[in-house]
Amino acid sequence: MSKPEFVYVTYIETTPEKLWEALTSSAFTRQYWFGAEVRSDWKLGSPFALLLDGEVTDSGEILESDPPRRLSYSFKHHKFEELRSEPVSRVVFTIEPFGSLVRLTVLHDGFVEGGKYLGAVSNGWPAILSGLKSLLERGQVLAIPRTALNKGFDAK
Amino acid sequence: MKLDQFKPLTVYTIYIASTPEKVWEALTSAEFSRKYFSGFAVEMEPKLGGRFIVRAPDGSEHIRGEVFEYDPPNKLTVSWNVNWPDLVEKLGSTLVTYEIETAGEAVRLTMSERHDRALNDDILSGGRTGWPAILSGLKSLLETGKAPQIKMSPPAKMLEALKAMGIKTP
Repeated sequence: MSKPEFVYVTYIETTPEKLWEALTSSAFTRQYWFGAEVRSDWKLGSPFALLLDGEVTDSGEILESDPPRRLSYSFKHHKFEELRSEPVSRVVFTIEPFGSLVRLTVLHDGFVEGGKYLGAVSNGWPAILSGLKSLLERGQVLAIPRTALNKGFDAK
Repeated sequence: MKLDQFKPLTVYTIYIASTPEKVWEALTSAEFSRKYFSGFAVEMEPKLGGRFIVRAPDGSEHIRGEVFEYDPPNKLTVSWNVNWPDLVEKLGSTLVTYEIETAGEAVRLTMSERHDRALNDDILSGGRTGWPAILSGLKSLLETGKAPQIKMSPPAKMLEALKAMGIKTP
């Protein structure tokens, strides 16, 4: 059996530097991450927070920071009560040049067997990363309803 | 073949600024697939039970299958059997299901690769490597009008795992 984790790979016509900026700047994340802002100085050991409508929904600390190649932070959810009891998870972004493109691999792990969080994350990342790809390739995000993020668990 | 015995072992979801009809056409026509799928041509008889072929750029049949679920432009299930000697005998058939749904102004495309038995991660690494490249290219093609060249080759660990099972690979 595989351990519970979520892996998503996407190929984007951009540069590693632009992709790094898109992952670490709220001016970008607000556009493709359904309005979410990221807050950190992106240095090893520094705090990380994700905010939605001014409220911290997830927080953690920077575990790896090697611009523009690798970024990792811990991720603890605060917003939905059903997910609050889940353990601290980890997100790892790996950015690799691939011909004229960039391959982005997102690994999200640290879940418990049978938890709800993995389902929520598995629905959220494809919508977020599809928007990121569109933003970098055509300068425009996708109008996807926010409910796409919550598909898979009953968020109130 | 009993479809419900096939479980999804690889799932990939992508959102595309397009319409379900255009996504369906891009998935099922050679004219589109050659652009985003490394020159491979998808040839499908558009009906239940129809023939499904993916032809390599040299004209050979790389994948041969049949249409098992046909509900344009919402759902398509085909068998997706790579034409390597003994592969189907040893691994069983592979089913691929595309589900196409409207999500706001975008389309959510979910690809499920299904099998009727457990397969290890090395065997599955072929699809897990290939699908993100194929579907990233399809999205770019529909959104920007051009598909990037994403050159893929079968992962070494998959080829080794197949060889260990006595399946001849090219």
